[in-house]
Amino acid sequence: MMEAQKKKIDLKRLLIQNNTYIILLILFIVCCVLSSNFLTVMNIRNIALQQAAPVCVAVGMLFVILTGGIDLSVGSIMALGACVTATMMAEHGMNMFVGIIAAMLMGCILGGITGFFVAYTKMQGFVASLAMMTMARGAAFMLTDGIPVKLEKGTLDVLVKKEYGYPIILCAALIVLLFWFIQKYTSYGRIVIALGSNSTAVELAGIRVKRYLLSVYAISGCLAALAGIFIAARSSTGSPTVGDGQELDAITACVIGGANLAGGKGTVIKTLMGAFVLALIGNIMNLMAVPSYPQDIIKGCIIIAAVLLQLFTEKSEQTV
Amino acid sequence: MENEYRLEMKGISKSFGGVKALTDVDLCVKKGEVHALIGENGAGKSTLMKILSGAYQKDAGEIRIDGEQVKIEVPKDAKDLGVAVIYQEFMLAPDLTVAENIFIDRLSQGRLINWKQLNKNAEEELVKLGFGDIKPTTPVRNLSVAYQQVVEICKCLKRNAKILVLDEPTAVLTFAEIEKLFQIIERLKEQGTSIIYISHRLEEIFRLSQHITVLKDGTFVDTVATDTIDKQKLVNMMVGRDMTQMFPKRSARIKDVVLEVKNLSAGSMVKNVSFQVSAGEVLGFSGLVGSGRTETMRAIFGIDRKEKGEIIYFGEHIDFKDPKEAIQHGFGLLPEDRKQQGLLLEQSIRVNATLTILNKITNKFGVINHAKEKKYVQELLKKISTKYGSTEDNANSLSGGNQQKIALAKWIAADCKCVVFDEPTRGVDVGAKTEIYRIINQLAEKGVAVIMISSEMNEVIGMCDRVIIMRQGEITGELKQHELAEQNLIKYAMGVE
Repeated sequence: MMEAQKKKIDLKRLLIQNNTYIILLILFIVCCVLSSNFLTVMNIRNIALQQAAPVCVAVGMLFVILTGGIDLSVGSIMALGACVTATMMAEHGMNMFVGIIAAMLMGCILGGITGFFVAYTKMQGFVASLAMMTMARGAAFMLTDGIPVKLEKGTLDVLVKKEYGYPIILCAALIVLLFWFIQKYTSYGRIVIALGSNSTAVELAGIRVKRYLLSVYAISGCLAALAGIFIAARSSTGSPTVGDGQELDAITACVIGGANLAGGKGTVIKTLMGAFVLALIGNIMNLMAVPSYPQDIIKGCIIIAAVLLQLFTEKSEQTV
Repeated sequence: MENEYRLEMKGISKSFGGVKALTDVDLCVKKGEVHALIGENGAGKSTLMKILSGAYQKDAGEIRIDGEQVKIEVPKDAKDLGVAVIYQEFMLAPDLTVAENIFIDRLSQGRLINWKQLNKNAEEELVKLGFGDIKPTTPVRNLSVAYQQVVEICKCLKRNAKILVLDEPTAVLTFAEIEKLFQIIERLKEQGTSIIYISHRLEEIFRLSQHITVLKDGTFVDTVATDTIDKQKLVNMMVGRDMTQMFPKRSARIKDVVLEVKNLSAGSMVKNVSFQVSAGEVLGFSGLVGSGRTETMRAIFGIDRKEKGEIIYFGEHIDFKDPKEAIQHGFGLLPEDRKQQGLLLEQSIRVNATLTILNKITNKFGVINHAKEKKYVQELLKKISTKYGSTEDNANSLSGGNQQKIALAKWIAADCKCVVFDEPTRGVDVGAKTEIYRIINQLAEKGVAVIMISSEMNEVIGMCDRVIIMRQGEITGELKQHELAEQNLIKYAMGVE
């Protein structure tokens, strides 16, 4: 009798702790049922190629959110990253790797500037990154005169080619692995989460809080720039309109993955799942030929449902 | 026949999951009396009050108010029956005015508000409590903590509360403010309100209450009339053992001077402070709340900026520019407010315990050795005899005393040579207090120089080798162990000759 009861509680716990995976699984099954085109090699490959960029951005966003901050500038930094690489390659004939590294460095610096204001002037992350969002977008338009920069075949688009093993998918996977490791196994990951729980206590424990705070924004900016390059590679153009609204998708992915916007809670793997939830929603609606405007409405509803479930399970976790 | 009791709670039981929080507890409160409810942290006081206020549902037992059996299923039921609870964290909207807060329920009725009338009513309520000097139009944010408490009480009373529960109301107040609170309590008592008073401070309980109910480990120990019992007996009832060992003996040898501070000034709270502390010594810092003790230590620790003065640490002139540098030199500080500054409440016990020693459990790439960490944490928790379920439980799942021990553990782990404990036993029950004293003694015996800031005089007297008293940012006196007595401490703290 007691055994059975205990088993029941354990099962409940298991469901609660893994609710993000369960949401994804259910969604996956629904997708399979709704469309015979869903579970095909081509479609799955498309999803993977599409998601390389949003996943990178979401991982960077997660680290910012863990500290209790938010980074609204990622979408604009994506655009700038795409434009910088494209301009350097197309107009100055530079090597692809130079372009990529320059763009990532640029993202790192811009993110670092946001982080500087957050850490050293106590500006709110929302405000500091809002300003950076505007500036980075402006810079992207200035750099390109508002005209997308075309890239020739066989240059940046090698990053999405099968012959090379879909480099952007590999790269995104590596980033997820790396940050999963950082969060789980390094003191850096530990301190980032601790910061979001109580930064005063962390500072009094002898940790130089400001450096860590600055660094998460720099990481977020760097990953955003990389994500912009992924998009440029897929479309073979560096467009200043890339990444519009991507910051919101990234935040959504974190939240569906159980992150708390107040900081201190969230994991890399669950954020990845959160990004996949968003991806599947978009993908299945495209396959079902749902027009784009209703798509947004449906997407919004599903996000609310997912987050509600998240909150609901959190509540029952407290009373267990 | 008129019923003698305002509130009768009989045979109350409550469990959470498999854990019994309350077993067959009784609490009977007469009309117009102050009834103290005491017990160690985790004894079940809060659970009992949450059942009374409708936040929790009882599993068994009955509640009668004025002799009539009542059902309290949701907080609103309790309110309608005239039960009001004042928690330690106030339920006030800081940017609204005093009047708006008091009549916050009126604001939600959707009709136009007659501000003049509202302010007038608020003033009447405040005058009734004897606080006519609080302006109804002041934003609550601008009031002192004590006045905020008055507003909170006012808000509850205007619903004609018959039973008022005060949960540790004096924890955040200064001496003068406590006096004001006591005046209110006396006045309410005369008006016939029954007051349930929860506090760890026995002096207050003896001063205010007519009856005392003691809980221990979720069970009912006894209800006694206050004038038939003394402190010692009461403490014995609470802990179920003799508390002559409240302050355990220490066999530390005082050795060389570790820290010497000369003419330190910082901000308006630290003026020309000089003192020294030696290895193996427990140096007390006494004084009133706001006398500059915490600020002095913050300046030394590198949190606040120093204006002038010298700090000599192990014979060297130093100037810690931030806490990290202080800790690298083996200088630790346990902040006074464990919830705001000391602990990561939402993180696990393990994460909390190793926060100061991350560099000891990581390799040179910053990768944490989880096995080493686990071992470390278990050894540490054993040392401080903390009760916990699993090291993965969140810190806020622990009782106040055990939380404080975890916060302390960080500094034991960090292997400090000089540690400041700022109010280490605030809001901690008697049993946990003794264990914290024992931990402090162990540190001193190991040769650590300990500085203990405390506002509890008996604690300073029982624990310290030497005590420095501060008042308004200056050191007003220094007492050796044989000179330690409450009168002396008060004399210097209040500045009376």
